[in-house]
Amino acid sequence: MSAITLGAVRPRFRPRRISPARWGLYAFILITALYFLLPLYVMIVTSLKPMAEIRQGHLLALPASPSLAAWVKAWTSACTGLTCEGIRTGFFNSLRILLPSVVISIVVGSLTGYALSLWRVRGANILFGAMMIVAFIPYQVFIYPLVRVFSFTGLGQSLATIVTIHTIFGLPTMTLLFRNYFASLPVELFKAARIDGAGFYQIYARIMMPMATPMIVVAVILQTTGIWNDFILGLVFAGRDNLPMTVQLNNIVNSTQGERAYNVDMAATLLTALLPLVIYFGSGRWFVRGIAAGAVKG
Amino acid sequence: MRLSLTSRLSVLSALLPALMVMLVVYIGATSWTAWMSLTNSRMLPNNNFVGFRQYQLLFSNDRWLTSVHNIVVYGVLFVSLALLIGFLLAVAIDQRVRAEDTIRSIYLYPYSMSFVVTGLVWQWLLNPTLGVQYVLRSWGFAGASFDWIVRPETAIYCLVIAGVWQASGLVMAIMLAGLRGIDDEIWKAARVDGLPKWRVYISIIIPMMGASFATAAVLLSTAVVRLYDLSVSMTNGGPGIASEVPAKFVMDHLFERANIGLATAAATTMLVTVIAVVAPYLYWRARKGEVR
Repeated sequence: MSAITLGAVRPRFRPRRISPARWGLYAFILITALYFLLPLYVMIVTSLKPMAEIRQGHLLALPASPSLAAWVKAWTSACTGLTCEGIRTGFFNSLRILLPSVVISIVVGSLTGYALSLWRVRGANILFGAMMIVAFIPYQVFIYPLVRVFSFTGLGQSLATIVTIHTIFGLPTMTLLFRNYFASLPVELFKAARIDGAGFYQIYARIMMPMATPMIVVAVILQTTGIWNDFILGLVFAGRDNLPMTVQLNNIVNSTQGERAYNVDMAATLLTALLPLVIYFGSGRWFVRGIAAGAVKG
Repeated sequence: MRLSLTSRLSVLSALLPALMVMLVVYIGATSWTAWMSLTNSRMLPNNNFVGFRQYQLLFSNDRWLTSVHNIVVYGVLFVSLALLIGFLLAVAIDQRVRAEDTIRSIYLYPYSMSFVVTGLVWQWLLNPTLGVQYVLRSWGFAGASFDWIVRPETAIYCLVIAGVWQASGLVMAIMLAGLRGIDDEIWKAARVDGLPKWRVYISIIIPMMGASFATAAVLLSTAVVRLYDLSVSMTNGGPGIASEVPAKFVMDHLFERANIGLATAAATTMLVTVIAVVAPYLYWRARKGEVR
């Protein structure tokens, strides 16, 4: 996929002087950039204002005396229905879901991709093709049967269930990612290892995975943002005690009775968006690579 | 080279999870859902075959018809607007602008956020007493009115606004890669011919970017079918049932309204629609010989 090289090539020519068209171009970029930044700006300034200021003041105005009170409240004592323990429960739940899900889905996906790319298995292409097709199918088709299967196995709604679910639904993309990567490596490497007598898992663990570090980084970024941002799977499969942060955020905001504490709501929203934003701004081009790799399934 | 027995067993063990997922989750669950849609299951699944009655009920159900109407409106507007805006952003960035990396980051950051966050943010911005309408009025546009989110006829357009905000950056990234992949010779030839830049884009560049457009369109379309979180967090399907969507219809009938037969009929309808759209695309890709 050409998208892998996103932005790697420098553009072609620089105009000699600033023409009216050039001004138009910068105006367009400025206006669109403001449109994209507006929601983030509003969230940040509102979360720093007390409610009285929000009621009387202006949506876009900077806070008169910025305060982190709403952030503290969102973290420690915002209410979801009956309990008022803040969004931190959701944060730690999401973390507990995230870590095993990311590790397991990458191990399973890379192993599958490795077996499908380097080992000539009969029916490998059929299996792979089928996996790519199901990546398009809406979750609604699978959800109820899976609920039944998990309650039948006794796992019900639990941490183990949601981790399994994330592994299952991450499998097509992870397989694709690693299959294409391993297929692009020089095959002599693999053959030499075979001749030296290395077995299937030895080649995987000692040679292939150490070489796949860039793909592992991409996979971690892709899975972390995807799993952290998931709503529907966590809602259905995690169970009441493990509800992820996105579900809890929606409960905090949309189940409020009476006047809404907008500052607390926006602080909670920012807290939920924080991890993906940190990953996005921290990882730079890697995030784009992740999108491009995930985009290939499309 | 022929594989030894241990090698074969190793390969098989590595592929076991994928095979299990394929058989149990994909084939098993899909057929079970399809079968349930032919029964009169309510709160618990049963095997009383009723033919296509659930489908008759489904297509005379107001809420489902509204959902379908909404997803068509959303799908058409969301995909075309995101493609248009994403392409324009990519073209703008491709003019060798200053601070390219920063601008690109700004366009793309919404894509890192969840639909729940996106929905909540736009719910506030579009709230008439607090958001954009209030700001316009306070700037002196006393008659300014932007209350789409509380009006049934227009609520679905609010989901489009939020969705486009979230996804345009993705299109921009794909399109920019496509633009950067175009040979410089084409630009030189066009300049020699004295073609204005906009003509080059319309007559030469866009036709060459079919693959980028297809990739972006398919990615956006899968997001359309999965549209659920945004509707839940932004409007919860409201006002009334004005912004209901098919995925939400299925979820509500499975878990709140205890009507498995109807819910699975709706899910199966979604499945058939997706296959009808995706199959030609995958065929087209296979024909092009892309081994992906």
